[in-house]
Amino acid sequence: MKIKSKIIDEKGLERTLTRLAHEIIERNKGIESLAIVGIKTRGEFIAKRLAKIIGELENKEINVGLLDITLYRDDLRTLHEQPVLKGTEILFDVTDKSIILVDDVLFTGRTIRAALDELVDLGRPATIQLVVLIDRGHRQLPIKADFVGKNVPTSLNEQIKVKLKEVDEEDSVLIVQLDED
Amino acid sequence: MPITSRHLLGLEGVPKEDIQLILDTATTFREVLDRPIKRVPTLQGKTIVNLFFESSTRTRISFELAERRLSADVVNFAVAGSSVAKGETLKDTARNIEAMKIDMVVVRHSSPGAALFLSRVVNANVINAGDGTHEHPTQALLDMYTIREKFGKLEGLHVCIVGDISHSRVALSNIYGLQIMGATVSVCGPKTLIPKDIEKLGVRVYYNVEEAIRNTDILNVLRIQLERQDRSFFPSTREYHNYFGITKEKLEKAVKPITIMHPGPINRDVEISADVADGENSVILQQVLNGVAVRMAVLYLLGTGEGK
Repeated sequence: MKIKSKIIDEKGLERTLTRLAHEIIERNKGIESLAIVGIKTRGEFIAKRLAKIIGELENKEINVGLLDITLYRDDLRTLHEQPVLKGTEILFDVTDKSIILVDDVLFTGRTIRAALDELVDLGRPATIQLVVLIDRGHRQLPIKADFVGKNVPTSLNEQIKVKLKEVDEEDSVLIVQLDED
Repeated sequence: MPITSRHLLGLEGVPKEDIQLILDTATTFREVLDRPIKRVPTLQGKTIVNLFFESSTRTRISFELAERRLSADVVNFAVAGSSVAKGETLKDTARNIEAMKIDMVVVRHSSPGAALFLSRVVNANVINAGDGTHEHPTQALLDMYTIREKFGKLEGLHVCIVGDISHSRVALSNIYGLQIMGATVSVCGPKTLIPKDIEKLGVRVYYNVEEAIRNTDILNVLRIQLERQDRSFFPSTREYHNYFGITKEKLEKAVKPITIMHPGPINRDVEISADVADGENSVILQQVLNGVAVRMAVLYLLGTGEGK
């Protein structure tokens, strides 16, 4: 695996998240009935950072929930390795809320399909809007993000690596080349 | 790390990591049970048969709920009115079920080793729901989950199992499981209901309930199996209650509040007095709820594990 390029650095990530926060507030005309839900693992940290920025801008705390979509995956029967359950933690009622669903990378769209199914099992949100840090294309399902940090056209033998200080040593987004075969 | 076994036949010799994984996984399913829609699509397309050669209400319903809440297809097989009543052997029953493309089998049988036997003749994942006086692993797992939920740990705790230890698969599975997890286990009951060599399993034996109570954090009170009392292991249920029944008076002598568990169904005022069963230190109904979550965890881990 070889690093091809760094597309976002620490400062860049901060700017992107700040812009996304402004866009979310603008499009929703405030944060009334807004709640943020991050998809584990990396979506969790992006969601928490967005919530912090939005909270500071609007001077009001915003609900944050965490989604573990493992139980809703469509590849459980074919997966080679058993995924570890990390648990969904949504401590507020999602019914009638505008849910801002957050993930790090939008790729095939299958994770988002699972997340949507899980969210509607938890209640009936007024709207669900999707925020992703990176959209790398190659969708396999008809899913589109409402807010995109950066569109990054990729080939299938590349991978996007999002690194976040909460779990990695730094804040950055890298394109890496997957090994042949 | 995935679970290391294709089957859950008992807790004897199960790696600590596996028990830890089952208990951790159950936490996720416990959250699912609090949702408005208590169902996840995880085992869609899997067919599970509940093979109950011995009557059971609670365990069978708990398993069936767990299976349905994972979206599996469920078939129930009860011995009354079945081919077994017509003389079919366990092996033939199993083979026939297998021919119908069943993915997992939950089995209860009066013979110790029945689940192990099944696991050798069918390709499906086998879960032991009680085999004679041998083991009842999911009951012990839900007991451990309930203890961990209340105390935040298992290690270092002292659990005393009171009652008919000789005929109890719940006792045996609890002894194995709790010891693997680092808890201390003792047993208490009349001499006629304590197996002769039980100390060899590393448990302490008390023949006096007051003494047992003084040294424990948790009392797991077993049901006196009235249907097994035709051989007179003790003179009368009244006498049993006087000596071994868990009552408020006996618990008042303890230095600290003792958590009360019972695998059910309860004989009120035989092995446990009504006020203790319904008292503030009783976690009996939490056990029932946790049982569904723990069984979902076991079904998930075996159904999506290596040998799926």
